[in-house]
Amino acid sequence: MILSGADIIVKTLIEQGVETVFGYPGGQIIHVYDSLYKYKKEINHVLTAHEQGAVHAADGFARASGKVGVVMATSGPGATNLVTGIATAYLDSIPMVAICGNVMTSQIGTDSFQEIDITGITLPITKHNFFVSSVSELAETIRLAFKIALSGRPGPVLIDVPKDVQIAKCEYTEQAKVEIEERKPAKDVRINEAVQLINASKKPFIYFGGGLIASGAQEEMLSLAEKIDAPIGCSMMGLSGIPTDHPRFLGMQGMHGHYASSVAMHNADLIISLGVRFNDRVTGKREKFAKNAKIVHIDIDGSELSKTVDSSIGLRADIKLTLQKLLPLVLDSKKDEWQKAVEGFKKEEKENEDMRDGLTPKNAIFALNKYLGENTPIATDVGQHQMWTAQNACFKNPRRFISSGGLGTMGFGMGAAIGASYATGEKTVLVTGDGSFGMCLNELATAVTYNVPLVILLFNNGVLGMVRQWQTLFFNKHYSNTVLQRKTDFVALSNAFGLKAERVDNLKDLDKALKNAFESKAPYLIECKIDKDEFVLPMLPPGGSMDDIIVAKPLNNK
Amino acid sequence: MNKYTVAVLVKNQFGVLNRVTSMFRRRQFNINALTVSETESNDYSRITVMFFGEENKKQQLINQLYKLPDVCSIKELDSTNSVSSELLLIKMANEPTTRDDVLTAAKAFDAKTVDYSKASMVFELTGDSTRIDDFINLMRDYEILEICRTGIVSLEKGASTISKSGGIM
Repeated sequence: MILSGADIIVKTLIEQGVETVFGYPGGQIIHVYDSLYKYKKEINHVLTAHEQGAVHAADGFARASGKVGVVMATSGPGATNLVTGIATAYLDSIPMVAICGNVMTSQIGTDSFQEIDITGITLPITKHNFFVSSVSELAETIRLAFKIALSGRPGPVLIDVPKDVQIAKCEYTEQAKVEIEERKPAKDVRINEAVQLINASKKPFIYFGGGLIASGAQEEMLSLAEKIDAPIGCSMMGLSGIPTDHPRFLGMQGMHGHYASSVAMHNADLIISLGVRFNDRVTGKREKFAKNAKIVHIDIDGSELSKTVDSSIGLRADIKLTLQKLLPLVLDSKKDEWQKAVEGFKKEEKENEDMRDGLTPKNAIFALNKYLGENTPIATDVGQHQMWTAQNACFKNPRRFISSGGLGTMGFGMGAAIGASYATGEKTVLVTGDGSFGMCLNELATAVTYNVPLVILLFNNGVLGMVRQWQTLFFNKHYSNTVLQRKTDFVALSNAFGLKAERVDNLKDLDKALKNAFESKAPYLIECKIDKDEFVLPMLPPGGSMDDIIVAKPLNNK
Repeated sequence: MNKYTVAVLVKNQFGVLNRVTSMFRRRQFNINALTVSETESNDYSRITVMFFGEENKKQQLINQLYKLPDVCSIKELDSTNSVSSELLLIKMANEPTTRDDVLTAAKAFDAKTVDYSKASMVFELTGDSTRIDDFINLMRDYEILEICRTGIVSLEKGASTISKSGGIM
């Protein structure tokens, strides 16, 4: 059938299985919005308050579902408002397709109204991007974008469509959903090399990240851990990859990781690394990172192998398929001495555990845990609350921790929580802080308009806590611009947006408020007052090593 | 530091060179020479990159290139498996006192005189990069007005081609 470019965009999205898109209309994408009107029975559009909210929502949708998140915006400022969100998705390898309108092809390059070179701007933060100059290429470009977004290491793809291409007509024939590039196991000879190292190891440690979730290799990893009697830790991006209460799981690694997990990896003689990229937040000082360990690294992206930390064996391959081939070759063995050492690390962690009563961040997250369903997504913003959530929230199933890891985007949470709720149909939790929340709280309007069932747990300490923590530890308590002397009344603010809210300052009230929030069918905000001097612990100082780990707050502090 | 030459077959599309060089810039790969042109098929362009670095840096560069969807094939070339050449244009001052020496040197290198005026002479020289370097170094004793060199182009020896070997698509 002959269709306009705008219709082809919408029809191709439907053809690729897209049910929900997030976005914001404008002059140069108005034709696509007309097509969305035409096809509204087949595809749902969620209008956010700001393009940034839309792109984070598409991201949250993708993280929670594993499908491509789709966002639309107009040219110029619409397109540039997507940039932070696209970069967030890029750093965390999230499949996304962003579609922007642009001025007529005849006006491109003339600095016309709301014209911006968005393909140029997003070049370093997309897996690939396209400028579509002819309507005849449009459908194939969108299909290719979906293929690229999902294949190999996923990532965001942007498509820039000038207005005249949206208006022009051409033949459109519906096609099947694109097949992603075949994922392959590593070569036998490389697997055998890895097996030799694994069989020779006396103190193996399994370290997984977001790549494990993308590969769906949870079962295989757990089988490997059982077979070789290894403890397991993960990067922040790996959280929810296996159940938090799994007996082999020591928790998150890194700057604010669990003590036992970090110490076990530091003392291991072999780190089996699955879908991780040894970010500086995990390794600390690279020269001192796990000096006695050999590293077997499996990643779908070859450029991650030996990028920051040299691996003894790097396998560019799909984790699941590789582990399936590797498992039968690995010898069963019990490692009593190593397990004893790991028990020791756990005991040390226990000794430093925060055992205070009252409304501490940890107790607040523990209170939240009681209300979580098996599939409740928890989104966060970025800062102390993010780390408290990462350390203490209890996950049962993968893709339920929705958090900006690589880019660390404050303001991510509101949009992402909305997207995650759309993806799962579940009541969704957003844990946020007063700093981050202040950045994108306009999306409360979206949550209310669409009645998105969010439980927003807002930690209010009146400061930018994470930066303040650094200022306390490393900048002689010079609290430069981290004390928010705002007078915001978050309950009144919520009410003004049209949602219910409560303010709590003790654990008992928090519990009651959570009960109310989880019973509500509508979005619900709980402002949780906490002390401004709460710390995230333990902490590996930036550029430090395990020798420098801070497990308790300095005594001269409140 | 080793010298590496990598040939990259890319889709002949608008903006591809920008994608490749943008990646070099943001990942801090320092490129010494880069040439690009259409190939036997106008669907593809061929980029030849020459740079100095360590083995792991080279591997990173290849790995990062491999991730660009417009990159079709990558081949590392060295002096044992390939032939390479580059072109130099050099403009010298035409001074009566140095004219004979300059012309003699050019002749010794088989450089072609492609322009001659009262005030200047332009020579053209093709050859491998070392030979070009040698010629330029020799000319430094006289007054060089301008230099333009193309950067290296390189082809594998024998019948194998980049699209048949090291292909990734």
